[in-house]
Amino acid sequence: MSELKPRKDLLDIEGLELPEIEYVLSNAVPFKQLFQRSVKKVPTLRGKTVLNLFYEPSTRTSSSFEVAANRMSADVTNFTVSSSSVVKGESLLDTIETLQAMRSDYIVIRHQAAGVPNIVAKHTGASVINAGDGYHAHPTQALLDAMTFREVYPDCAGRRMVIVGDVLHSRVARSTSTLFHKLGIEVGVLGPGTLIPEGRHDFIRRFRSWDEVFDWKPGAVYLLRVQLERQEGMFFPSIAEYHKMYGLNTGRLARMRQIGAYLMHPGPVNRGVEITDEAMRYERSLIGTQVENGIAVRMAVLHWLKPETDRD
Amino acid sequence: MSESAENHEEVILSPEEISSGVEELAHQIAGRCADDKVAFVGIYTRGVTLARRVAEALKEQGLHFPVGTLDISLYRDDFDNRGPDLPTLETSDIPFALDDLRVILFDEVIYTGRTIRAALDGLMDYGRPARIELAVLVDRGHREIPIQPDYVARRIGTTRDQYVKVRFREDDRGKEGVFLESPGNAPAA
Repeated sequence: MSELKPRKDLLDIEGLELPEIEYVLSNAVPFKQLFQRSVKKVPTLRGKTVLNLFYEPSTRTSSSFEVAANRMSADVTNFTVSSSSVVKGESLLDTIETLQAMRSDYIVIRHQAAGVPNIVAKHTGASVINAGDGYHAHPTQALLDAMTFREVYPDCAGRRMVIVGDVLHSRVARSTSTLFHKLGIEVGVLGPGTLIPEGRHDFIRRFRSWDEVFDWKPGAVYLLRVQLERQEGMFFPSIAEYHKMYGLNTGRLARMRQIGAYLMHPGPVNRGVEITDEAMRYERSLIGTQVENGIAVRMAVLHWLKPETDRD
Repeated sequence: MSESAENHEEVILSPEEISSGVEELAHQIAGRCADDKVAFVGIYTRGVTLARRVAEALKEQGLHFPVGTLDISLYRDDFDNRGPDLPTLETSDIPFALDDLRVILFDEVIYTGRTIRAALDGLMDYGRPARIELAVLVDRGHREIPIQPDYVARRIGTTRDQYVKVRFREDDRGKEGVFLESPGNAPAA
């Protein structure tokens, strides 16, 4: 038993207390163990409904939440932008009212604008889980990253991780670095100067080259996806240039192998941009584990949050 | 839970009586299961300890039964009413195939029977045992569903507002004993 205040929503990492993080991460372990059974399902959320509300395309995250909810026996409704009233001009608050009438217990929301999950959370008794809002936060990604890192480094405090890539456009970088910092893991970043935000987090170490990164000896290298769809502003000259400067190529992979660093990536990967085919086959790649842990962590989050549906 | 000054606490089983209860369960089980393929599954937390102790006692008689563990939190029927004390989940560990085994479930106390109902659901998600039985240290009555233990060390009469607390030294920082806690100033039954 742990003395934690019940929490309705998971909106970002900043607002989480360390015991809550430990609670979710430790519960994710028995959830993951369920995947080894022939029956992978538990009846915990039988009769409960989970609404997947995605205003931005995402196959991985939405299906990960769907699998997590299904394995807890909840009913899942998927509500995506192309098939919803959003294109017909319904306002956010009208949509929330409609959702209220559906009496969902959990709402998983992804939106291109930062802060939308917070607004929805304020207006509904359902538990709201932020599945990514603008450049703001992606807390379940951070939790699954922490779970994955801790599986290979159980004594994670004092370990080091470097995030490589488009840190400016990345809510993953923001949430994951914040969480890792809370867990005592040192975080560094490497990427095009234009994509490294100034003074966002003092605790983050900035590198100018892969050589500096390898000298620092990180326990894991976390490659971010180059978000080609968000490159309208041309933050770097070309994809080929990016690959040359920051991509994980054969030479850099050899150095990772030398220092025994693990490889992480939130997916989906752009082969030939931030990563090569060869690096995808790296023996210390945790990319597949991240996907599996994503389901376990999301089950632990659904189990932890407490809807206030009687409030409606 | 901390002991409040207002609660009256009575010892029902001393450490020695717990030991003889464990022996009693071992004796009952040996008498009925010696020729079968048997496995024990303990329900977290103290059912696990009870299962291990009984298995240990049987080892001295040359009977070796494996012990698995089961966390039933995800199978409970009162998830909606969970309080501020959030359950920390344990990893269930059943390192043998249940199919065609005679499985004996262990819990320290049987009361309403709802925990066992949850355990049966949980257990059957691991396989299809040939038979499932139930062993408890204490049966305190007041069943709410039709589930009865097959092996019982001690039956005691209680009222619903009382609480039977089992302490095992493995789980309770060296303390051992079974206690009956009664609320307020009411004398114990």
